[in-house]
Amino acid sequence: MKVRPRDFPREDSARASSAASILARDALPALLAALRTRGYQLVGPTLRDGAIAIDRIDGESDLPIGWTEEQDGGRYRLRRREDVAVFGYTVGPWSWKTFLVPPETKLVTAKRDAGGAFTVDAGLAEEPKYAFIGVRSCELRAIQVQDRVFLEGPYVDRGYRLRREAAFIVAVNCTQAAPTCFCVSMRTGPHHETGYDLVLTEIMEGQRHEFLVDAGTERGRELIDELALRPAMIADVEGAEAAIDRAVAQNGRKVVTDGMRELLYRSYEDPRWDDVAKRCMSCGNCTMVCPTCFCTTVEDAADLAGKEATRTRKWDSCHTLEFSYIHGGSLRPNARSRYRQWMTHKLATWIDQFGVAGCVGCGRCITWCPAGIDITEELAAIRRSEEARHGGH
Amino acid sequence: MESQLLESEQTSLADPMATRPFRVAKNQREIDGTHTIELRPADGDGFRFAPGQFTMMYAFGIGEVPISISGDPARAGTLEQTIRSVGAVSAALCKVRRDDTVGIRGPFGTPWPVVPAVGNDVMLIAGGIGLAPLRPAIYHLLRNRARYGKISILYGTRQPADILFRSELESWRGRFDLEVLVTVDSAGRDWRAPVGPVTTLIPRAAVREGIAMVCGPEIMMRFTVQTLLDRGFDADQIFLSMERNMKCGIGFCGHCQMGPAFVCKDGPVFAYPDIEKLMRVRGI
Ligand SMILES: Cc1cc2nc3c(=O)[nH]c(=O)nc-3n(C[C@H](O)[C@H](O)[C@H](O)COP(=O)(O)OP(=O)(O)OC[C@H]3O[C@@H](n4cnc5c(N)ncnc54)[C@H](O)[C@@H]3O)c2cc1C
Ligand code: SF4
Ligand code: SF4
Ligand code: FES
Repeated sequence: MKVRPRDFPREDSARASSAASILARDALPALLAALRTRGYQLVGPTLRDGAIAIDRIDGESDLPIGWTEEQDGGRYRLRRREDVAVFGYTVGPWSWKTFLVPPETKLVTAKRDAGGAFTVDAGLAEEPKYAFIGVRSCELRAIQVQDRVFLEGPYVDRGYRLRREAAFIVAVNCTQAAPTCFCVSMRTGPHHETGYDLVLTEIMEGQRHEFLVDAGTERGRELIDELALRPAMIADVEGAEAAIDRAVAQNGRKVVTDGMRELLYRSYEDPRWDDVAKRCMSCGNCTMVCPTCFCTTVEDAADLAGKEATRTRKWDSCHTLEFSYIHGGSLRPNARSRYRQWMTHKLATWIDQFGVAGCVGCGRCITWCPAGIDITEELAAIRRSEEARHGGH
Repeated sequence: MESQLLESEQTSLADPMATRPFRVAKNQREIDGTHTIELRPADGDGFRFAPGQFTMMYAFGIGEVPISISGDPARAGTLEQTIRSVGAVSAALCKVRRDDTVGIRGPFGTPWPVVPAVGNDVMLIAGGIGLAPLRPAIYHLLRNRARYGKISILYGTRQPADILFRSELESWRGRFDLEVLVTVDSAGRDWRAPVGPVTTLIPRAAVREGIAMVCGPEIMMRFTVQTLLDRGFDADQIFLSMERNMKCGIGFCGHCQMGPAFVCKDGPVFAYPDIEKLMRVRGI
């Protein structure tokens, strides 16, 4: 949502804004409690293993209040803020896909009788009902990118659909971006557009600490009504806008998206891939932290008696040798072909497959690459490489 | 026509990753290390497919792999698949016995163009195990023989002992309305048929234009396409069945990508112009 006081002239800034409300900082627990009362399991940012993770939380005290992080290519460190912002961090190594496409999902259990016949239990377990607290615009876009994979193909992933439809999304407009962010280039943030139930913007001005809140769905609206919030003033909306503008300015990376897809299709044989292959360790970190990467494999297991077997779906990465294995060898036998697959998928082939790019500009892959390989820099290098070949056309 | 029929079945709400038990009715050894398994759905419900489609076959506790359907599409309710034993899963599938259970998901993927081929001459070119995915198309063409022009089947394999569906090929060769040419890479003195790659059969075939359906190792398909183009076949009348690692068959796992194409759902059968550029890139 781009919060704009469209309906009011600027001089009227003391009047109520159209729909937004103000949630006092100390009313945040009431919002979380209302969600829990509705049967939602809260999932949100929380400190874990030296990073701001996204995990199950019980309430406000689990949130990373007053924390932020420093991140850049291959580097991440938690840092205390000078203030007590609730959403004053950016993105960490976790993403919401952990909950919508869990790292491990049991697909089926098969049971075999003495005669060799088996039956299959698809274990249609009841799916958890999550409320996601603090989803950023780039992250919501990433969820929508995965929706196209799991909901809009010829086939629908049943578990994903149940988890996704149940999830209540409390979005936050970004008021703190990182040097690794490039949502502005990718047009995925920092302000939300659609797809949330509620959207918050954290406003901190002097002693004032509040959230501008707006609803995107009926169930979001009901929650706001229940909390009996005061309506927002035009000045509040402007304050929120200014805070989001800071995040725009903080976007530390840029990419030129014009012609990006065609450029990559022309560049399968570019020498830059050999260069990046020397740095890439094929560790797969970039695919694990990426909020849009959806690839999985299936692992089979059977008990010793051979009576019961399970099939488990697990996250996988195109950076491994096995990923493209067919009898006789891997089709992508080296880091060059695998990195090329990864980046070309993100920025080119994804657009043909799903109508949008597979990169939302969140910067995670830059931060969590042990070699500090930077997708924005690699794209720029490919562009320079082509320009050099063609004498700058 | 077939694909429309299949589409309506695909929109069902069942979990598409849940395998469905099929009972083994027969396991027939074809040649050394290659078996055809005949299966019936354990729940008694039907099974329909279009020539060229594949299933994900699950061997209990071992794994699941993509295997093309090799049987007759007109025999609803029976599923035949021909498997070459190359590793853990395919070896387990080759060993199943009557009344064992095998898990099946599918059918998946795009069919051979047997419908657009109506009224045309058709050339089917197979290498090795690649004859199995083409067999349903052959059954379909023969069952509807009057609707097609000339038909040539060109088959190449390593040595005479590796000729798949040998007696069937012989009986087809006996028909006056069908040409069957077979070649091997190497053979002893008693082999009176041609020796050499399958591409060498193309200039000898009765079919000189029309639709070509090609299935075999990727390298064989490259050379075959080149020869077909040289002989004057239109690029968009050449169809290939591609092979990629597959963990789902339905667009979820990402393994089968070949540039922008998902081989499992955009293929495995592609019109050549749709993948021509991709086939030129190594390691794509
Ligand atoms: C659309 C399609 C149709 C096929 N049709 C047939 C057929 O009709 N008959 C037949 O014998 N074979 C067919 N194959 C090849 C067959 O899937 C492989 O031989 C089989 O996966 C090997 O598995 P494995 O565990 O026995 O071998 P391993 O070599 O141990 O393989 C390990 C794993 O790698 C993957 N893998 C290995 N080889 C292949 C491959 N060629 N294609 C895809 N994944 C592979 C599988 O996940 C396999 O479990 C087809 C492949 C595709 C993609
Ligand atoms: S970049 Fe690699 S791991 Fe990520 S979705 Fe694409 S193929 Fe899968
Ligand atoms: S490719 Fe990198 S920047 Fe883009 S969405 Fe994935 S992790 Fe974020
Ligand atoms: S086989 Fe999984 S996406 Fe194609």
